[in-house]
Amino acid sequence: MEHNIYIYILVMAGVTYLIRALPLVLVKREITSPFIKSFLYYVPYATLAAMTFPAILDSTGSVLSAVCGFGTALLLSYMEKSLLTVSLCSCGVVFVVERLIL
Amino acid sequence: MIYKKNDARIITRGMKDGLPICLGYFAVSFAFGMLAVTSGLSVLQAVGLSLTNLTSAGQVAGVSLIQAGADYYEMALTQLIINLRYCLMSFSLSQKIDRKAPFFHRFFISYGITDEIFAVAASQKDKVGPGYIYGLISVAAPGWVLGTLCGAVAGNLMPASLVNALGIAIYGMFLAIIIPQAKSDKVILACVAGAMVLSALFEVLPGLKRVSAGFVIIIVTVVVAGTAAWLFPVKEPSGEDREHGT
Repeated sequence: MEHNIYIYILVMAGVTYLIRALPLVLVKREITSPFIKSFLYYVPYATLAAMTFPAILDSTGSVLSAVCGFGTALLLSYMEKSLLTVSLCSCGVVFVVERLIL
Repeated sequence: MIYKKNDARIITRGMKDGLPICLGYFAVSFAFGMLAVTSGLSVLQAVGLSLTNLTSAGQVAGVSLIQAGADYYEMALTQLIINLRYCLMSFSLSQKIDRKAPFFHRFFISYGITDEIFAVAASQKDKVGPGYIYGLISVAAPGWVLGTLCGAVAGNLMPASLVNALGIAIYGMFLAIIIPQAKSDKVILACVAGAMVLSALFEVLPGLKRVSAGFVIIIVTVVVAGTAAWLFPVKEPSGEDREHGT
């Protein structure tokens, strides 16, 4: 292979860092535009929802166990349990469901 | 906000909130470690990649490009596209960071802007100080790096049932962040539902299927958050204390 893996890693790290750092470093003043403020307010919810579904269905060994884990997470987070509780309980349900199937 | 005196407490709070991220990261990066080694990277390279990049989708794509022997510019461009969402988050965080904190912190905080760390920081009710984010990073990042190390070294020793179960951890955490807010705010609920439906369409519709995962996230975010902001602008908060999520 003619390319050096460490240079690949440096390229990746450099690009990724710049994307993260530039807005944070360059945007110093408080934004006043109601549209931009509202947009930024909704961004995390839209992003996380888009990342969660449908990707969650492929996150375990089978779609069935994933659906059960998904349901568990929805229910517990609706009950406003902590991040850790929701996370671990959905893992637990996936584990049990996969055991039952096999 | 007198964060000077409370620095230790704020960092500790960040570390505590970082714990679920750490566990989720461990699970996801464990799988990444296995993938990296089977794709031809050494254990050191896999760990170095995780330490310097701290991102899931970008690293997975990067490993496949390394394996394919792609050009460096192609690598740079792919990373740019997949990780462009961090640009939005960084922008959002620039409004959320406590302005009284010294500026140089922003260079270090930037390293740790991931989906999860951003989400937790953004969901705080008040402005966040650098200490809180350092707390999050100091617990979450080692989970990512150690998970990669363990996956790279011992991937085949762990039972598949356990690896599978851990795979859902990160998504459980995402839901725990967004659902409680969606309960009390109908617009957020619509954002969540709309974003899920839209990203599912990208997964199943023939024409949209070819769009890369990184781009799907960007498109869905811009469309959904943009529409919500256009139709339902957030009422100007009167005090600092109502400033959540901006």
